[in-house]
Amino acid sequence: MTAPIDVSLGQLAATLALVAIAIVVSVWQKVDLERDIGVAVIRSFIQLSAIGLVINAIFEEDRLVFVIALISVMVLFGALTARNRARRVPGAFVPLLIALATAGGATLVLVVVLDVFEPEPRFLVPVGGMVVGNAMTSAAVALNRLGDDMRSAAPRIEATLALGATASQAALPVVRSSLRSGMISLVDSTKTTGIIFFPGTMVGMLLAGADPVDAVRLQLVLLWTLLGSVAIAALISTSLAYRNFFTPAHQLRDLPA
Amino acid sequence: MAPVFELRDVTLSRDGKVILDDVSADIPEGAACIAGPSGSGKSSLLRLLDRLRDPDRGEVRYRGRDVRTYEPLELRHRVALVPQLPALIEGTVSDNVRFAARLAGRTPDIGAILTHAGLDPSFADRDASRLSVGEQQRVMLARALAQEPEVLLLDEPTSALDEQARDSVEATLARLRQELGLSYVLVTHDPDQAERMSDWCLRLALGGTVVDR
Repeated sequence: MTAPIDVSLGQLAATLALVAIAIVVSVWQKVDLERDIGVAVIRSFIQLSAIGLVINAIFEEDRLVFVIALISVMVLFGALTARNRARRVPGAFVPLLIALATAGGATLVLVVVLDVFEPEPRFLVPVGGMVVGNAMTSAAVALNRLGDDMRSAAPRIEATLALGATASQAALPVVRSSLRSGMISLVDSTKTTGIIFFPGTMVGMLLAGADPVDAVRLQLVLLWTLLGSVAIAALISTSLAYRNFFTPAHQLRDLPA
Repeated sequence: MAPVFELRDVTLSRDGKVILDDVSADIPEGAACIAGPSGSGKSSLLRLLDRLRDPDRGEVRYRGRDVRTYEPLELRHRVALVPQLPALIEGTVSDNVRFAARLAGRTPDIGAILTHAGLDPSFADRDASRLSVGEQQRVMLARALAQEPEVLLLDEPTSALDEQARDSVEATLARLRQELGLSYVLVTHDPDQAERMSDWCLRLALGGTVVDR
């Protein structure tokens, strides 16, 4: 890598001009988002500055235990956030927690074992953050779909149970389509990457002055890593969460609308 | 003759609303029905018989044994419920019949089963989702028959059908009763159908209480 990029507070403040455009559009077109834009800007500043300080401290300490602690906190908040999007799935928190922890843990262990990254905080923290974030989105989308489809497919599921099928046989088509919706968005964006949009890592590296070939290779490493972790998260969350719709006697539970 | 099903002080509620209120009855072999207006808990009662649901209080027995002492999947192979609306799996008619037969560990004679259900054997290779509601309802019946059950539970099997299709399904059920000696419990809101199709009838009123049996 060549010279690292410096961003002054002045440059940061200058970009607020573009935020001002967003606010003007919102007020002018009565979209009623100006308050949310303000909150978003302030929160992004505070949250990213705070995490920047935390990451800085972890890099200076250079100990893996702090990396694990930070990623555990991300997994916990990721599971809480995803649960809010999966309200129609009873008891979604534990499946989400297990899904995110496994996706994060398995992915980081694999990239280290395969010698893609060295086991150092400066690699593991950003990769772990990306993995957990994407795993959260995919698990949340998958469980959101599961909650809707278990309701709309309830007559078919009960008809299958009535034939003496197990809960897992009866739920299989719904679990499969939920898993698919959890994975599809990353698969699609991976397909169009470089044509329709430049992914963040590549943009960051190019801005920081890296060689484009290196930027592309690192971006591919991350995209392909994310495909695996997103699949793990969607698979574990759906295959644990569907069980909460059934009793041990293979009966469909009554669901609140 | 010993009853097929015995209900003892069965109470069921959902979201704080009483669906079945202290129902007791002995359902005999043969052609039985559960009749009553919508909201009288008929379909819920039917679901207690093959343990798709459990009562809050009371006991349901099948051939003298509490249904909770059966393995639920085995009970549902022996006591086959056909729901009110067709809900088939994706694929052909024969895929559906095979799926049901495989669950019960049977090797199906597709042509014979379709004939029993009142469908021409040529339906076997047709896409199940492209059939009429009446034809789909017969595929639902064929799936149940493929499991070679001891008793059929039929939830308003003709409510979605026109008069002609209804008569034809009723004739099919009468023939099954005669030719295979199959007992059934039929749920209906139609008092005339209850009269035509059963030798024994449990009548329920709104709020899930027994009117007479």
